[in-house]
Amino acid sequence: MSENGSQSNSVSIALTGSGGAGVITAGAMLLDAAARAGCYGLFVRSSGPQIRGGEAAAMVRLSAQHVEAQDDVFHILIGLDWHNIERFAVELPLATDSLVIADPANGPPPAVIVKTGARIVELHLKDMAKEIPQGRPNMIALGLVAGLTGLAEDALKAALAKVLGSKRSTALQASLAAVQAGIAAAAGVGFDRRLPAAANSGHGRWQISGNQAAGLGAIRGGVRFVAAYPITPATEVLEWLAANLTKVGGTLVQAEDELASINMIIGASYGGTPALTATSGPGLALMTESIGLAVASEVPIVVIDVMRGGPSTGIPTKSEQSDLNIALFGLHGDAPHIVVAPTSIANCVFTANWAVHLAESMQVPTLLLSDQFLGQSRAIIEPPADLAFATRRLTAEITESTAAGYQRYALAAGGVSPMAIPGTPGGQYTADGLEHTPRGMPSSQVADHMSQLDKRRDKILGFEYGDHWADIAGDAESELAVITWGSAAGPVREALSRLRARGQVFRLIAPRLLAPASPTRMAAALRGVKRALVIEQSHSAQFFHYLKGYFDLPCPVASYHRPGPLPLRPHELVEQIAKWSAA
Amino acid sequence: MNTPAVTASAARAYKSDVKPVWCPGCGDFTVLSSITKAFAELELPPEQIAVISGIGCSSRAPAYLNTYGFHGVHGRATALATGLKLARPDLTVVVTGGDGDGFSIGGNHFLHACRRNVDLTYVVMDNRVYGMTKGQPSPTTEPDWDSALTPGGTGLRAFNPLVIALASGANFIARGFSGDPNGTAQLIVEAIKTPGFSFVEVLSPCVTFRPDQREWRTMVRPAPVSPTHDIGSAARRLMTDDGFNLGVLYTGNRAPYQPPRKTAPATPSEIERQFAV
Repeated sequence: MSENGSQSNSVSIALTGSGGAGVITAGAMLLDAAARAGCYGLFVRSSGPQIRGGEAAAMVRLSAQHVEAQDDVFHILIGLDWHNIERFAVELPLATDSLVIADPANGPPPAVIVKTGARIVELHLKDMAKEIPQGRPNMIALGLVAGLTGLAEDALKAALAKVLGSKRSTALQASLAAVQAGIAAAAGVGFDRRLPAAANSGHGRWQISGNQAAGLGAIRGGVRFVAAYPITPATEVLEWLAANLTKVGGTLVQAEDELASINMIIGASYGGTPALTATSGPGLALMTESIGLAVASEVPIVVIDVMRGGPSTGIPTKSEQSDLNIALFGLHGDAPHIVVAPTSIANCVFTANWAVHLAESMQVPTLLLSDQFLGQSRAIIEPPADLAFATRRLTAEITESTAAGYQRYALAAGGVSPMAIPGTPGGQYTADGLEHTPRGMPSSQVADHMSQLDKRRDKILGFEYGDHWADIAGDAESELAVITWGSAAGPVREALSRLRARGQVFRLIAPRLLAPASPTRMAAALRGVKRALVIEQSHSAQFFHYLKGYFDLPCPVASYHRPGPLPLRPHELVEQIAKWSAA
Repeated sequence: MNTPAVTASAARAYKSDVKPVWCPGCGDFTVLSSITKAFAELELPPEQIAVISGIGCSSRAPAYLNTYGFHGVHGRATALATGLKLARPDLTVVVTGGDGDGFSIGGNHFLHACRRNVDLTYVVMDNRVYGMTKGQPSPTTEPDWDSALTPGGTGLRAFNPLVIALASGANFIARGFSGDPNGTAQLIVEAIKTPGFSFVEVLSPCVTFRPDQREWRTMVRPAPVSPTHDIGSAARRLMTDDGFNLGVLYTGNRAPYQPPRKTAPATPSEIERQFAV
């Protein structure tokens, strides 16, 4: 461990440069090469609000083990340039044993970097690139990283070839030459952190972003219609689906706004096709009226919210867990619905798949809360198993003898009533946002309102969610528990594993099912616990207050919460958990 | 214009047994009958039809029909219908609603429904007033029409939905009058038969809040010219008419929007290969 407690079996690398400098490309190639060399890794992109030409940073963490969080510090920082570095240096923590490579062509190293005390080595990256026909500084930097960390050259070559094409391509030749120059330059720098020796080649693993993973989970779950309105940081869910949904026979349409996209998916699902849209906070706010329509008319839909800093336009390119309240409570009226949250990038596949299963099984809108960190980061993961839920919407079989008596909103046991799909003779009914009779006719009668409210509540309270409701880990005997959710679970897990190495054990509970509230399940998970700490990334401790208000917590509960845009880092959580547990 | 060659009983089969909430004398009663006559003339199986609406007096129509229906939220009916039709191209999808629902809160969706040109038929019962909320001006209301919400009138020029439809790309534009149920039924038949987005404005008086609209009976007339395929002459015609010319006013030949579909779909496990290291 270094002085900051970061783990010695991982290496964290940051590449910075203005937009167009190619740091994101180099970061993606680095992750791919490391994956081929048998490493696990996490690739986090940081970019400013500029469309083009703004600052960008590629942050890559490579390890022998699965990684779900950024480390406490970066061990290597290579500045292709220092454009706007003051704005985001705080995202690039350095220690005195970190190595910074700076190009004198960009002037003296910025004060904000110098003051960290990190070792600064000056290398003429631009000049080195100029000596190679079509050579680019980002490829020199990639070579430097490979040389400094001992990344296998074969893996690096394969990663470059995947992006730059055949061996005869001049772009590939230029890049390979630049990478070689970088490797050669690294030899004179001196650096003692090597990539961990890989147990195997990494063959069979996946490289995937959370946004892609959510799209894949939706397809696995049976979604075949998607309406799309672009919004940062959810757009990649939609763009991935645009390219892949048609391959499985589905349809994606770009809507004119979020009001349209939510209604388009309600229309498609009413027609019998499992349907989804993805958005972020501002879009979710626009959709809430119609999500209420889907509650009332009992039309299954899935809405993915890739959260960003809020309120209003907020911080579109940075992560925050602050849409919990609107997801739980944003609908008008008494409107029972489902809210789920993946607990890692890899888990986005399962949770999106499960969201479709829940929506279809209960004929209810299901919200999935991802966030910018999960959505836009790429990870190397073990291929997630396809649980192949036996998802089937309860549809109405109409015969001549039952046609006259068909009641779309019949008060069936369990609350889920058979849904006639348009085209079914004798099943005609009008889906309605007005309160209605079991037959679906508008009604403002006391009895109809009460019985339909009960029906819509009972169907989600009585559902068997199984063990999927939460990730529960750690020591079942421990009297101290940490409760967290969503993307915070990654750094929390790493913090708990570091504490375990010190001999301190905790129970970890990360609910995947956020609504309906599960007080009984939570109480069971907390049995024997004397104290619990709730960790989340929101300014107002939304999750903490939700737990306090809607769950019967059998023990005192404390809160550690703060907003984005900075990620929760393991050493920060180690410190907080240690302080709380010692109190 | 032909009289629909259908019996009243064939049309009645498309009606449900729910009694409309509309005021006695409301134009929407006969527009509803025109819709069912059109279905009967086209001999559409009721289970193959979906009638989609938003909120307002005329948006109550789906419950009064024996077809599939969706009475959704205010202003979003064309969007909901678009999703349904794209997912289920085999269905006949008709959208009904009023001027407030379609041109005010739903204005953006109206533009994009015309532009997208999905094979839908949109019947707007235009009475130039919000009736369900007891008489406020809509985008098609005359600027000097007095109301409690806008004393002395809005002072705003009325919106011309047919011109907007043409400019936005609708493939079929017609105007009917609730006092001419057979003529309106025929317009709806043509609208359904014409591929792409078909827009039918039906002047449908509100006897309660706009009793002055009883005069419409004397003001409407068959359009003095035959339907045009020429967008330039249609624009001139629609921009200059007084809003009381009835009939098919424009038909285009835009191909309806249909997103690409694979005939031999891959399996999810096949597309997952892209993620393999």
